[in-house]
Amino acid sequence: MTAALPLIAVWLGAFGLNTWLARYRGPIPSALVPLIFGATILILWEMACRSFAIPAVILPAPSQIWTAFGANLPLLWGDFVQTILKGALSGWLIGAAAAVATAIAIDRSPFLQRGLLPIGNFVAALPIVGIAPILVMWFGFDWQSKAAVVVVMVFFPILVNMVAGLKATDALARDQIATWGASYTQALLKLRLPAAMPFLFNGLKITTTLALIGAIVAEFFGSPTRGMGFRISTAVGQLNMPLVWAEILVAALAGTAFYGIVALIERRVTFWHPSQRQ
Amino acid sequence: MKHALPVLTVLCAIILGWYVAAVALNAPWARDQAARAGTSLTMPALIRATMTQERPVLPAPHQVAKGVWDGVAGQKITSKRSLVWHAGVTLSATLAGFAIGSLAGILLAVGIVHSRVMDLSVMPWAIASQTVPILAIAPMVIVVFASAGVTGLVPKAMIAAWLSFFPVLVGMVKGLRTPDRMQMDLMHSWNASRAQAFWRLRLPSAMPYLFASLKVAVAAALVGTIVGELPAGATAGLGARLLSGSYYGQTIQIWAALFAAAALAAVLVMVISGIERVTLKRMGLAR
Repeated sequence: MTAALPLIAVWLGAFGLNTWLARYRGPIPSALVPLIFGATILILWEMACRSFAIPAVILPAPSQIWTAFGANLPLLWGDFVQTILKGALSGWLIGAAAAVATAIAIDRSPFLQRGLLPIGNFVAALPIVGIAPILVMWFGFDWQSKAAVVVVMVFFPILVNMVAGLKATDALARDQIATWGASYTQALLKLRLPAAMPFLFNGLKITTTLALIGAIVAEFFGSPTRGMGFRISTAVGQLNMPLVWAEILVAALAGTAFYGIVALIERRVTFWHPSQRQ
Repeated sequence: MKHALPVLTVLCAIILGWYVAAVALNAPWARDQAARAGTSLTMPALIRATMTQERPVLPAPHQVAKGVWDGVAGQKITSKRSLVWHAGVTLSATLAGFAIGSLAGILLAVGIVHSRVMDLSVMPWAIASQTVPILAIAPMVIVVFASAGVTGLVPKAMIAAWLSFFPVLVGMVKGLRTPDRMQMDLMHSWNASRAQAFWRLRLPSAMPYLFASLKVAVAAALVGTIVGELPAGATAGLGARLLSGSYYGQTIQIWAALFAAAALAAVLVMVISGIERVTLKRMGLAR
Protein backbone atom coordinates (compact mmCIF):
# COMPACT_ATOMS: atom_id res chain seq x y z
CA MET A 1 0.00 0.00 0.00
CA THR A 2 2.84 2.40 0.80
CA ALA A 3 4.20 1.84 -2.71
CA ALA A 4 1.06 3.44 -4.07
CA LEU A 5 1.51 6.67 -2.09
CA PRO A 6 3.98 8.35 -4.49
CA LEU A 7 1.71 7.48 -7.40
CA ILE A 8 -1.26 9.10 -5.70
CA ALA A 9 0.90 12.13 -4.87
CA VAL A 10 1.97 12.55 -8.50
CA TRP A 11 -1.62 12.15 -9.69
CA LEU A 12 -2.96 14.70 -7.22
CA GLY A 13 -0.14 17.13 -8.03
CA ALA A 14 -0.70 16.95 -11.78
CA PHE A 15 -4.46 17.12 -11.34
CA GLY A 16 -4.10 20.20 -9.15
CA LEU A 17 -1.81 21.83 -11.69
CA ASN A 18 -4.29 21.10 -14.47
CA THR A 19 -7.20 22.40 -12.43
CA TRP A 20 -5.29 25.61 -11.86
CA LEU A 21 -4.31 25.88 -15.54
CA ALA A 22 -7.83 25.16 -16.78
CA ARG A 23 -9.11 28.34 -15.19
CA TYR A 24 -7.18 30.39 -17.74
CA ARG A 25 -8.53 30.69 -21.25
CA GLY A 26 -6.35 30.91 -24.31
CA PRO A 27 -4.27 28.75 -26.59
CA ILE A 28 -1.40 28.04 -24.18
CA PRO A 29 -3.37 26.41 -21.34
CA SER A 30 -5.50 24.39 -23.73
CA ALA A 31 -2.32 23.01 -25.29
CA LEU A 32 -0.54 22.50 -21.98
CA VAL A 33 -3.31 20.67 -20.12
CA PRO A 34 -3.53 17.65 -22.44
CA LEU A 35 0.26 17.46 -22.59
CA ILE A 36 0.51 17.43 -18.80
CA PHE A 37 -2.22 14.81 -18.66
CA GLY A 38 -0.42 12.58 -21.17
CA ALA A 39 2.92 13.01 -19.40
CA THR A 40 1.29 12.19 -16.06
CA ILE A 41 -0.11 8.93 -17.44
CA LEU A 42 3.35 8.00 -18.77
CA ILE A 43 5.06 8.83 -15.45
CA LEU A 44 2.44 6.88 -13.47
CA TRP A 45 2.85 3.93 -15.84
CA GLU A 46 6.62 3.96 -15.38
CA MET A 47 6.35 4.36 -11.60
CA ALA A 48 3.74 1.62 -11.30
CA CYS A 49 5.86 -0.78 -13.34
CA ARG A 50 8.88 -0.13 -11.11
CA SER A 51 7.33 0.07 -7.67
CA PHE A 52 5.02 -2.93 -8.11
CA ALA A 53 7.69 -4.85 -10.11
CA ILE A 54 5.16 -5.66 -12.84
CA PRO A 55 6.78 -8.29 -15.10
CA ALA A 56 7.60 -7.02 -18.60
CA VAL A 57 5.58 -9.94 -19.98
CA ILE A 58 2.38 -8.33 -18.76
CA LEU A 59 3.13 -4.64 -19.10
CA PRO A 60 6.56 -3.24 -20.03
CA ALA A 61 7.48 0.21 -18.71
CA PRO A 62 7.59 3.11 -21.20
CA SER A 63 11.39 3.31 -20.84
CA GLN A 64 11.73 -0.35 -21.86
CA ILE A 65 9.47 0.23 -24.86
CA TRP A 66 11.50 3.26 -25.86
CA THR A 67 14.73 1.24 -25.59
CA ALA A 68 13.24 -1.54 -27.72
CA PHE A 69 12.07 1.08 -30.21
CA GLY A 70 15.56 2.57 -30.49
CA ALA A 71 17.32 -0.79 -30.66
CA ASN A 72 15.11 -2.21 -33.43
CA LEU A 73 14.81 0.78 -35.75
CA PRO A 74 15.88 -1.04 -38.98
CA LEU A 75 13.55 -3.93 -38.19
CA LEU A 76 10.66 -1.60 -37.43
CA TRP A 77 11.33 0.42 -40.58
CA GLY A 78 11.22 -2.77 -42.68
CA ASP A 79 7.89 -3.73 -41.11
CA PHE A 80 6.59 -0.21 -41.65
CA VAL A 81 7.45 -0.31 -45.35
CA GLN A 82 5.95 -3.80 -45.77
CA THR A 83 2.68 -3.17 -43.93
CA ILE A 84 1.94 0.53 -44.13
CA LEU A 85 3.50 1.68 -47.39
CA LYS A 86 3.03 -1.45 -49.51
CA GLY A 87 -0.08 -2.98 -47.94
CA ALA A 88 -2.19 -0.21 -46.45
CA LEU A 89 -1.29 2.78 -48.59
CA SER A 90 -1.51 1.09 -52.00
CA GLY A 91 -4.76 -0.63 -51.03
CA TRP A 92 -6.21 2.62 -49.72
CA LEU A 93 -5.34 4.48 -52.92
CA ILE A 94 -6.78 1.75 -55.17
CA GLY A 95 -9.91 1.43 -53.04
CA ALA A 96 -10.48 5.19 -52.92
CA ALA A 97 -9.97 5.53 -56.70
CA ALA A 98 -12.35 2.63 -57.37
CA ALA A 99 -14.98 4.06 -55.00
CA VAL A 100 -14.81 7.55 -56.55
CA ALA A 101 -14.98 6.08 -60.07
CA THR A 102 -17.98 3.93 -59.10
CA ALA A 103 -19.72 6.90 -57.51
CA ILE A 104 -19.29 8.96 -60.69
CA ALA A 105 -20.34 6.01 -62.85
CA ILE A 106 -23.62 5.47 -61.00
CA ASP A 107 -24.15 9.21 -60.69
CA ARG A 108 -26.39 9.33 -63.76
CA SER A 109 -28.57 6.42 -62.67
CA PRO A 110 -30.80 7.12 -59.66
CA PHE A 111 -31.97 3.50 -59.96
CA LEU A 112 -28.50 2.11 -59.33
CA GLN A 113 -27.95 4.62 -56.54
CA ARG A 114 -31.12 3.59 -54.75
CA GLY A 115 -30.01 -0.01 -55.13
CA LEU A 116 -26.37 0.37 -54.15
CA LEU A 117 -26.63 2.83 -51.28
CA PRO A 118 -28.56 0.65 -48.79
CA ILE A 119 -26.25 -2.24 -49.61
CA GLY A 120 -23.21 0.01 -49.23
CA ASN A 121 -24.45 1.29 -45.87
CA PHE A 122 -25.12 -2.27 -44.77
CA VAL A 123 -21.74 -3.56 -45.88
CA ALA A 124 -19.98 -0.64 -44.18
CA ALA A 125 -21.29 -1.93 -40.81
CA LEU A 126 -20.20 -5.54 -41.38
CA PRO A 127 -17.10 -7.17 -39.93
CA ILE A 128 -15.32 -7.05 -43.29
CA VAL A 129 -12.01 -7.96 -41.67
CA GLY A 130 -13.36 -11.50 -41.85
CA ILE A 131 -12.66 -11.74 -45.57
CA ALA A 132 -8.95 -11.49 -44.80
CA PRO A 133 -8.38 -15.30 -44.75
CA ILE A 134 -10.12 -15.69 -48.11
CA LEU A 135 -8.15 -12.93 -49.78
CA VAL A 136 -4.89 -14.24 -48.31
CA MET A 137 -5.73 -17.59 -49.93
CA TRP A 138 -6.35 -15.92 -53.29
CA PHE A 139 -3.55 -13.39 -53.52
CA GLY A 140 -0.78 -15.16 -51.63
CA PHE A 141 1.09 -14.19 -48.50
CA ASP A 142 2.83 -11.04 -49.73
CA TRP A 143 1.55 -7.47 -49.58
CA GLN A 144 -0.87 -7.88 -52.50
CA SER A 145 -3.35 -9.79 -50.34
CA LYS A 146 -3.11 -7.13 -47.64
CA ALA A 147 -3.77 -4.43 -50.21
CA ALA A 148 -6.78 -6.42 -51.44
CA VAL A 149 -8.25 -6.59 -47.91
CA VAL A 150 -7.73 -2.83 -47.55
CA VAL A 151 -9.41 -2.18 -50.93
CA VAL A 152 -12.54 -4.04 -49.83
CA MET A 153 -12.56 -2.40 -46.40
CA VAL A 154 -12.28 1.19 -47.60
CA PHE A 155 -14.44 0.89 -50.73
CA PHE A 156 -17.93 1.17 -49.28
CA PRO A 157 -17.43 3.95 -46.72
CA ILE A 158 -15.82 6.12 -49.42
CA LEU A 159 -18.50 5.19 -51.97
CA VAL A 160 -21.34 6.14 -49.63
CA ASN A 161 -19.70 9.47 -48.79
CA MET A 162 -18.88 10.26 -52.41
CA VAL A 163 -22.43 9.55 -53.63
CA ALA A 164 -23.77 11.81 -50.87
CA GLY A 165 -21.19 14.41 -51.89
CA LEU A 166 -22.23 14.41 -55.54
CA LYS A 167 -25.77 15.25 -54.40
CA ALA A 168 -24.61 18.08 -52.17
CA THR A 169 -25.12 20.96 -54.62
CA ASP A 170 -28.24 23.01 -54.09
CA ALA A 171 -30.84 23.63 -56.77
CA LEU A 172 -29.82 27.26 -57.12
CA ALA A 173 -26.24 26.43 -58.06
CA ARG A 174 -27.37 23.70 -60.46
CA ASP A 175 -29.83 26.09 -62.13
CA GLN A 176 -27.13 28.70 -62.42
CA ILE A 177 -24.72 26.36 -64.19
CA ALA A 178 -27.53 25.13 -66.43
CA THR A 179 -28.27 28.74 -67.39
CA TRP A 180 -24.69 29.06 -68.53
CA GLY A 181 -25.32 26.13 -70.87
CA ALA A 182 -22.83 23.84 -69.17
CA SER A 183 -22.68 20.26 -70.39
CA TYR A 184 -22.88 17.33 -67.96
CA THR A 185 -19.08 17.02 -67.90
CA GLN A 186 -18.59 20.72 -67.30
CA ALA A 187 -21.13 20.77 -64.50
CA LEU A 188 -19.47 17.73 -62.96
CA LEU A 189 -15.95 19.11 -63.13
CA LYS A 190 -16.64 22.72 -62.19
CA LEU A 191 -19.48 22.44 -59.73
CA ARG A 192 -20.30 19.01 -58.39
CA LEU A 193 -16.86 17.47 -57.89
CA PRO A 194 -15.56 20.47 -55.93
CA ALA A 195 -18.78 20.48 -53.89
CA ALA A 196 -18.31 16.79 -53.15
CA MET A 197 -14.80 17.26 -51.77
CA PRO A 198 -15.75 17.80 -48.08
CA PHE A 199 -17.76 14.55 -48.17
CA LEU A 200 -15.00 12.68 -49.98
CA PHE A 201 -12.43 13.78 -47.44
CA ASN A 202 -14.74 12.76 -44.62
CA GLY A 203 -14.75 9.26 -46.08
CA LEU A 204 -11.00 9.32 -46.70
CA LYS A 205 -10.31 10.32 -43.09
CA ILE A 206 -12.57 7.62 -41.65
CA THR A 207 -10.87 4.97 -43.75
CA THR A 208 -7.25 5.80 -42.85
CA THR A 209 -7.59 3.81 -39.61
CA LEU A 210 -9.52 1.06 -41.37
CA ALA A 211 -6.71 0.70 -43.90
CA LEU A 212 -4.10 0.18 -41.17
CA ILE A 213 -6.34 -2.27 -39.31
CA GLY A 214 -6.99 -4.29 -42.46
CA ALA A 215 -3.33 -4.47 -43.41
CA ILE A 216 -2.21 -5.53 -39.93
CA VAL A 217 -4.99 -8.02 -39.22
CA ALA A 218 -4.60 -9.67 -42.64
CA GLU A 219 -1.04 -10.53 -41.69
CA PHE A 220 -2.29 -12.76 -38.88
CA PHE A 221 -3.55 -15.14 -41.58
CA GLY A 222 -0.18 -15.54 -43.23
CA SER A 223 2.59 -13.19 -44.30
CA PRO A 224 6.24 -13.17 -45.35
CA THR A 225 8.69 -12.95 -42.44
CA ARG A 226 8.30 -9.21 -42.10
CA GLY A 227 5.41 -6.86 -41.49
CA MET A 228 3.82 -5.35 -38.38
CA GLY A 229 1.12 -7.98 -37.90
CA PHE A 230 3.65 -10.78 -38.37
CA ARG A 231 6.06 -9.13 -35.92
CA ILE A 232 3.34 -8.60 -33.32
CA SER A 233 2.18 -12.21 -33.44
CA THR A 234 5.67 -13.74 -33.38
CA ALA A 235 6.95 -11.36 -30.69
CA VAL A 236 3.91 -12.24 -28.58
CA GLY A 237 4.84 -15.89 -29.04
CA GLN A 238 8.36 -15.15 -27.77
CA LEU A 239 6.89 -13.03 -24.96
CA ASN A 240 9.03 -10.14 -26.21
CA MET A 241 6.53 -7.54 -25.04
CA PRO A 242 8.74 -4.44 -25.34
CA LEU A 243 9.10 -5.17 -29.08
CA VAL A 244 5.33 -5.66 -29.41
CA TRP A 245 4.71 -2.32 -27.74
CA ALA A 246 7.35 -0.67 -29.92
CA GLU A 247 5.42 -2.02 -32.91
CA ILE A 248 2.21 -0.61 -31.43
CA LEU A 249 3.98 2.73 -31.03
CA VAL A 250 4.88 2.62 -34.73
CA ALA A 251 1.27 1.80 -35.60
CA ALA A 252 0.02 4.69 -33.47
CA LEU A 253 2.50 7.15 -34.98
CA ALA A 254 1.74 5.92 -38.51
CA GLY A 255 -2.01 6.13 -37.92
CA THR A 256 -1.82 9.66 -36.56
CA ALA A 257 0.52 10.79 -39.34
CA PHE A 258 -1.67 9.20 -42.03
CA TYR A 259 -4.76 10.95 -40.65
CA GLY A 260 -2.86 14.21 -40.23
CA ILE A 261 -1.60 14.20 -43.82
CA VAL A 262 -5.09 13.55 -45.19
CA ALA A 263 -6.49 16.32 -42.96
CA LEU A 264 -3.77 18.66 -44.23
CA ILE A 265 -4.60 17.90 -47.87
CA GLU A 266 -8.26 18.43 -47.03
CA ARG A 267 -7.48 21.88 -45.68
CA ARG A 268 -5.70 22.81 -48.91
CA VAL A 269 -8.41 21.40 -51.18
CA THR A 270 -11.54 22.52 -49.33
CA PHE A 271 -10.25 25.86 -48.08
CA TRP A 272 -13.60 27.41 -49.05
CA HIS A 273 -15.69 25.24 -46.74
CA PRO A 274 -17.04 26.88 -43.54
CA SER A 275 -15.45 24.22 -41.30
CA GLN A 276 -11.99 25.06 -42.68
CA ARG A 277 -12.21 28.83 -42.47
CA GLN A 278 -10.09 30.39 -39.81
CA MET B 1 -41.51 -0.48 -52.58
CA LYS B 2 -39.62 2.41 -54.12
CA HIS B 3 -36.43 1.04 -52.61
CA ALA B 4 -37.10 -2.68 -52.81
CA LEU B 5 -36.88 -3.00 -56.58
CA PRO B 6 -33.47 -1.31 -57.08
CA VAL B 7 -32.00 -3.10 -54.08
CA LEU B 8 -33.26 -6.46 -55.33
CA THR B 9 -31.90 -5.76 -58.81
CA VAL B 10 -28.46 -4.93 -57.45
CA LEU B 11 -28.56 -7.99 -55.20
CA CYS B 12 -29.45 -10.22 -58.15
CA ALA B 13 -26.60 -8.68 -60.15
CA ILE B 14 -24.20 -9.38 -57.28
CA ILE B 15 -25.32 -13.02 -57.00
CA LEU B 16 -25.05 -13.46 -60.78
CA GLY B 17 -21.57 -11.97 -60.78
CA TRP B 18 -20.69 -14.24 -57.88
CA TYR B 19 -21.74 -17.34 -59.87
CA VAL B 20 -19.68 -16.20 -62.88
CA ALA B 21 -16.67 -15.59 -60.63
CA ALA B 22 -17.15 -18.97 -58.96
CA VAL B 23 -17.09 -20.72 -62.33
CA ALA B 24 -14.05 -18.76 -63.47
CA LEU B 25 -12.08 -19.28 -60.26
CA ASN B 26 -12.94 -22.94 -59.74
CA ALA B 27 -12.54 -24.00 -63.38
CA PRO B 28 -8.74 -24.56 -63.31
CA TRP B 29 -9.03 -27.13 -60.52
CA ALA B 30 -11.92 -28.94 -62.26
CA ARG B 31 -9.98 -29.02 -65.56
CA ASP B 32 -6.95 -30.27 -63.70
CA GLN B 33 -8.93 -33.13 -62.19
CA ALA B 34 -10.43 -34.02 -65.56
CA ALA B 35 -7.00 -33.99 -67.21
CA ARG B 36 -5.69 -36.34 -64.55
CA ALA B 37 -8.60 -38.68 -65.11
CA GLY B 38 -7.83 -38.56 -68.82
CA THR B 39 -11.15 -37.05 -69.80
CA SER B 40 -12.10 -33.65 -71.13
CA LEU B 41 -15.06 -31.70 -69.87
CA THR B 42 -17.83 -30.22 -71.94
CA MET B 43 -18.99 -26.76 -70.97
CA PRO B 44 -22.10 -27.81 -68.98
CA ALA B 45 -20.10 -30.52 -67.19
CA LEU B 46 -17.38 -28.02 -66.36
CA ILE B 47 -19.89 -25.61 -64.90
CA ARG B 48 -21.48 -28.39 -62.89
CA ALA B 49 -18.04 -29.47 -61.63
CA THR B 50 -17.26 -25.94 -60.42
CA MET B 51 -20.42 -25.81 -58.30
CA THR B 52 -19.93 -28.98 -56.29
CA GLN B 53 -16.30 -28.91 -55.16
CA GLU B 54 -15.43 -29.87 -51.63
CA ARG B 55 -12.93 -27.02 -51.16
CA PRO B 56 -13.63 -24.49 -53.90
CA VAL B 57 -11.54 -21.36 -54.36
CA LEU B 58 -14.79 -19.42 -54.29
CA PRO B 59 -17.85 -21.35 -53.13
CA ALA B 60 -21.00 -20.72 -55.14
CA PRO B 61 -23.77 -18.87 -53.26
CA HIS B 62 -25.90 -21.97 -52.87
CA GLN B 63 -22.95 -23.85 -51.33
CA VAL B 64 -22.52 -21.04 -48.81
CA ALA B 65 -26.26 -21.04 -48.15
CA LYS B 66 -26.11 -24.79 -47.56
CA GLY B 67 -23.11 -24.30 -45.26
CA VAL B 68 -25.00 -21.73 -43.21
CA TRP B 69 -28.14 -23.91 -43.16
CA ASP B 70 -26.12 -26.95 -42.03
CA GLY B 71 -24.46 -24.86 -39.35
CA VAL B 72 -27.72 -23.39 -38.08
CA ALA B 73 -30.30 -26.13 -38.50
CA GLY B 74 -28.26 -29.26 -39.19
CA GLN B 75 -26.64 -29.52 -35.77
CA LYS B 76 -27.73 -29.53 -32.20
CA ILE B 77 -27.28 -26.05 -30.76
CA THR B 78 -24.80 -27.35 -28.20
CA SER B 79 -22.68 -29.04 -30.87
CA LYS B 80 -19.23 -27.61 -31.54
CA ARG B 81 -20.07 -27.57 -35.24
CA SER B 82 -23.17 -25.46 -34.76
CA LEU B 83 -22.94 -21.91 -36.02
CA VAL B 84 -25.56 -20.90 -33.48
CA TRP B 85 -23.29 -22.03 -30.65
CA HIS B 86 -20.29 -20.16 -32.08
CA ALA B 87 -22.39 -17.07 -32.74
CA GLY B 88 -23.67 -17.29 -29.17
CA VAL B 89 -20.12 -17.32 -27.81
CA THR B 90 -19.26 -14.28 -29.91
CA LEU B 91 -22.51 -12.53 -29.06
CA SER B 92 -22.10 -12.87 -25.30
CA ALA B 93 -18.61 -11.35 -25.36
CA THR B 94 -19.79 -8.61 -27.74
CA LEU B 95 -22.75 -7.66 -25.56
CA ALA B 96 -20.73 -7.69 -22.34
CA GLY B 97 -18.04 -5.50 -23.92
CA PHE B 98 -20.60 -3.22 -25.53
CA ALA B 99 -22.39 -2.68 -22.23
CA ILE B 100 -19.16 -1.91 -20.34
CA GLY B 101 -17.77 0.30 -23.11
CA SER B 102 -20.86 2.39 -23.72
CA LEU B 103 -21.57 2.83 -20.02
CA ALA B 104 -17.98 4.02 -19.46
CA GLY B 105 -18.25 6.27 -22.51
CA ILE B 106 -21.48 7.87 -21.28
CA LEU B 107 -20.14 8.41 -17.76
CA LEU B 108 -16.89 9.94 -18.99
CA ALA B 109 -18.85 12.16 -21.40
CA VAL B 110 -20.96 13.45 -18.52
CA GLY B 111 -17.75 14.22 -16.62
CA ILE B 112 -16.19 15.95 -19.61
CA VAL B 113 -19.21 18.15 -20.21
CA HIS B 114 -19.30 19.28 -16.60
CA SER B 115 -15.60 19.69 -15.93
CA ARG B 116 -13.32 21.88 -17.97
CA VAL B 117 -10.22 20.15 -16.59
CA MET B 118 -11.39 16.77 -17.83
CA ASP B 119 -12.46 18.24 -21.14
CA LEU B 120 -9.05 19.78 -21.76
CA SER B 121 -7.12 16.75 -20.50
CA VAL B 122 -9.03 13.81 -21.94
CA MET B 123 -10.75 15.02 -25.11
CA PRO B 124 -7.66 15.59 -27.32
CA TRP B 125 -6.39 12.12 -26.43
CA ALA B 126 -9.78 10.53 -27.03
CA ILE B 127 -9.89 12.07 -30.51
CA ALA B 128 -6.26 11.25 -31.29
CA SER B 129 -6.80 7.66 -30.19
CA GLN B 130 -9.38 7.28 -32.99
CA THR B 131 -6.55 7.39 -35.52
CA VAL B 132 -4.66 4.55 -33.82
CA PRO B 133 -5.36 1.06 -35.20
CA ILE B 134 -6.22 -0.33 -31.76
CA LEU B 135 -7.94 -3.35 -33.24
CA ALA B 136 -4.68 -4.62 -34.69
CA ILE B 137 -3.29 -5.30 -31.23
CA ALA B 138 -6.38 -7.17 -30.05
CA PRO B 139 -4.74 -10.62 -30.30
CA MET B 140 -1.90 -9.35 -28.13
CA VAL B 141 -4.37 -8.31 -25.43
CA ILE B 142 -5.73 -11.87 -25.45
CA VAL B 143 -2.26 -13.37 -25.03
CA VAL B 144 -1.33 -10.95 -22.25
CA PHE B 145 -4.55 -11.70 -20.38
CA ALA B 146 -3.96 -15.42 -20.90
CA SER B 147 -0.45 -15.15 -19.44
CA ALA B 148 -2.02 -13.49 -16.41
CA GLY B 149 -4.41 -16.44 -16.14
CA VAL B 150 -7.54 -14.76 -17.48
CA THR B 151 -9.17 -16.52 -20.43
CA GLY B 152 -12.59 -16.92 -21.92
CA LEU B 153 -15.11 -14.14 -22.18
CA VAL B 154 -13.38 -11.38 -20.21
CA PRO B 155 -10.41 -10.55 -22.52
CA LYS B 156 -12.62 -10.49 -25.61
CA ALA B 157 -15.13 -8.31 -23.82
CA MET B 158 -12.32 -5.92 -22.84
CA ILE B 159 -11.39 -5.45 -26.52
CA ALA B 160 -15.03 -4.99 -27.48
CA ALA B 161 -15.46 -2.48 -24.63
CA TRP B 162 -12.36 -0.54 -25.67
CA LEU B 163 -13.59 -0.31 -29.27
CA SER B 164 -17.14 0.74 -28.40
CA PHE B 165 -15.94 3.22 -25.78
CA PHE B 166 -14.63 5.97 -28.09
CA PRO B 167 -17.54 6.32 -30.52
CA VAL B 168 -19.94 6.59 -27.58
CA LEU B 169 -17.70 9.07 -25.75
CA VAL B 170 -17.28 11.36 -28.75
CA GLY B 171 -20.93 11.15 -29.81
CA MET B 172 -22.22 11.67 -26.30
CA VAL B 173 -20.00 14.71 -25.64
CA LYS B 174 -21.28 16.23 -28.86
CA GLY B 175 -24.86 15.38 -27.91
CA LEU B 176 -24.66 16.76 -24.38
CA ARG B 177 -23.31 19.99 -25.85
CA THR B 178 -26.16 20.46 -28.36
CA PRO B 179 -28.34 22.67 -26.14
CA ASP B 180 -27.45 26.19 -27.21
CA ARG B 181 -26.83 29.24 -25.06
CA MET B 182 -30.46 30.31 -25.26
CA GLN B 183 -31.82 27.00 -23.95
CA MET B 184 -29.24 26.93 -21.16
CA ASP B 185 -30.15 30.51 -20.25
CA LEU B 186 -33.79 29.54 -20.13
CA MET B 187 -32.99 26.72 -17.69
CA HIS B 188 -30.96 29.21 -15.70
CA SER B 189 -33.79 31.70 -15.55
CA TRP B 190 -36.02 28.94 -14.21
CA ASN B 191 -33.45 28.57 -11.46
CA ALA B 192 -32.69 24.98 -12.49
CA SER B 193 -29.81 23.29 -10.75
CA ARG B 194 -27.06 21.66 -12.78
CA ALA B 195 -28.61 18.27 -12.12
CA GLN B 196 -32.01 19.44 -13.30
CA ALA B 197 -30.51 21.03 -16.40
CA PHE B 198 -28.75 17.76 -17.07
CA TRP B 199 -31.76 15.47 -16.66
CA ARG B 200 -34.31 17.69 -18.39
CA LEU B 201 -32.33 19.41 -21.12
CA ARG B 202 -28.90 17.96 -21.84
CA LEU B 203 -29.69 14.25 -21.62
CA PRO B 204 -32.88 14.32 -23.74
CA SER B 205 -31.25 16.41 -26.44
CA ALA B 206 -28.27 14.04 -26.51
CA MET B 207 -30.44 11.00 -27.28
CA PRO B 208 -30.28 11.12 -31.11
CA TYR B 209 -26.47 11.41 -30.93
CA LEU B 210 -26.29 8.61 -28.38
CA PHE B 211 -28.20 6.18 -30.58
CA ALA B 212 -26.21 7.08 -33.70
CA SER B 213 -22.96 6.34 -31.88
CA LEU B 214 -24.38 3.21 -30.21
CA LYS B 215 -24.99 1.75 -33.67
CA VAL B 216 -21.38 2.42 -34.65
CA ALA B 217 -20.20 1.08 -31.30
CA VAL B 218 -22.06 -2.22 -31.47
CA ALA B 219 -20.66 -2.94 -34.94
CA ALA B 220 -17.17 -2.07 -33.68
CA ALA B 221 -17.64 -4.28 -30.62
CA LEU B 222 -18.55 -7.25 -32.82
CA VAL B 223 -15.50 -6.73 -35.04
CA GLY B 224 -13.34 -6.45 -31.94
CA THR B 225 -14.68 -9.68 -30.49
CA ILE B 226 -14.18 -11.57 -33.75
CA VAL B 227 -10.60 -10.33 -34.11
CA GLY B 228 -10.06 -11.17 -30.45
CA GLU B 229 -11.00 -14.76 -31.25
CA LEU B 230 -8.37 -15.02 -33.95
CA PRO B 231 -5.22 -15.99 -32.00
CA ALA B 232 -4.38 -19.65 -32.18
CA GLY B 233 -5.81 -21.53 -29.24
CA ALA B 234 -9.25 -20.01 -29.41
CA THR B 235 -11.69 -22.80 -30.16
CA ALA B 236 -15.02 -21.09 -29.84
CA GLY B 237 -16.63 -18.18 -31.61
CA LEU B 238 -17.01 -16.99 -35.18
CA GLY B 239 -13.43 -15.71 -35.31
CA ALA B 240 -12.13 -19.16 -34.36
CA ARG B 241 -14.29 -20.65 -37.14
CA LEU B 242 -12.68 -18.22 -39.60
CA LEU B 243 -9.19 -19.13 -38.43
CA SER B 244 -9.66 -22.90 -38.42
CA GLY B 245 -11.30 -22.67 -41.84
CA SER B 246 -8.31 -20.77 -43.18
CA TYR B 247 -5.87 -23.30 -41.66
CA TYR B 248 -7.58 -26.32 -43.20
CA GLY B 249 -8.63 -24.68 -46.47
CA GLN B 250 -12.33 -25.12 -45.66
CA THR B 251 -13.56 -22.20 -47.74
CA ILE B 252 -17.24 -22.99 -47.27
CA GLN B 253 -16.75 -22.89 -43.50
CA ILE B 254 -15.08 -19.46 -43.78
CA TRP B 255 -17.88 -18.05 -45.90
CA ALA B 256 -20.55 -19.52 -43.64
CA ALA B 257 -18.89 -17.97 -40.57
CA LEU B 258 -18.59 -14.67 -42.45
CA PHE B 259 -22.29 -14.65 -43.29
CA ALA B 260 -23.19 -15.59 -39.73
CA ALA B 261 -21.10 -12.62 -38.53
CA ALA B 262 -22.79 -10.33 -41.06
CA ALA B 263 -26.24 -11.50 -39.96
CA LEU B 264 -25.29 -10.98 -36.32
CA ALA B 265 -24.09 -7.43 -37.06
CA ALA B 266 -27.27 -6.68 -38.97
CA VAL B 267 -29.47 -7.99 -36.14
CA LEU B 268 -27.57 -5.99 -33.49
CA VAL B 269 -27.80 -2.75 -35.47
CA MET B 270 -31.48 -3.40 -36.18
CA VAL B 271 -32.26 -4.00 -32.51
CA ILE B 272 -30.64 -0.68 -31.60
CA SER B 273 -32.50 1.06 -34.43
CA GLY B 274 -35.73 -0.38 -33.06
CA ILE B 275 -35.00 0.85 -29.54
CA GLU B 276 -34.05 4.20 -31.02
CA ARG B 277 -37.30 4.51 -32.91
CA VAL B 278 -39.43 3.65 -29.87
CA THR B 279 -37.45 5.93 -27.53
CA LEU B 280 -37.40 8.92 -29.84
CA LYS B 281 -41.09 8.50 -30.58
CA ARG B 282 -42.00 8.46 -26.89
CA MET B 283 -39.82 11.53 -26.41
CA GLY B 284 -41.52 13.26 -29.32
CA LEU B 285 -38.28 13.55 -31.23
CA ALA B 286 -39.22 11.20 -34.06
CA ARG B 287 -38.75 12.60 -37.50
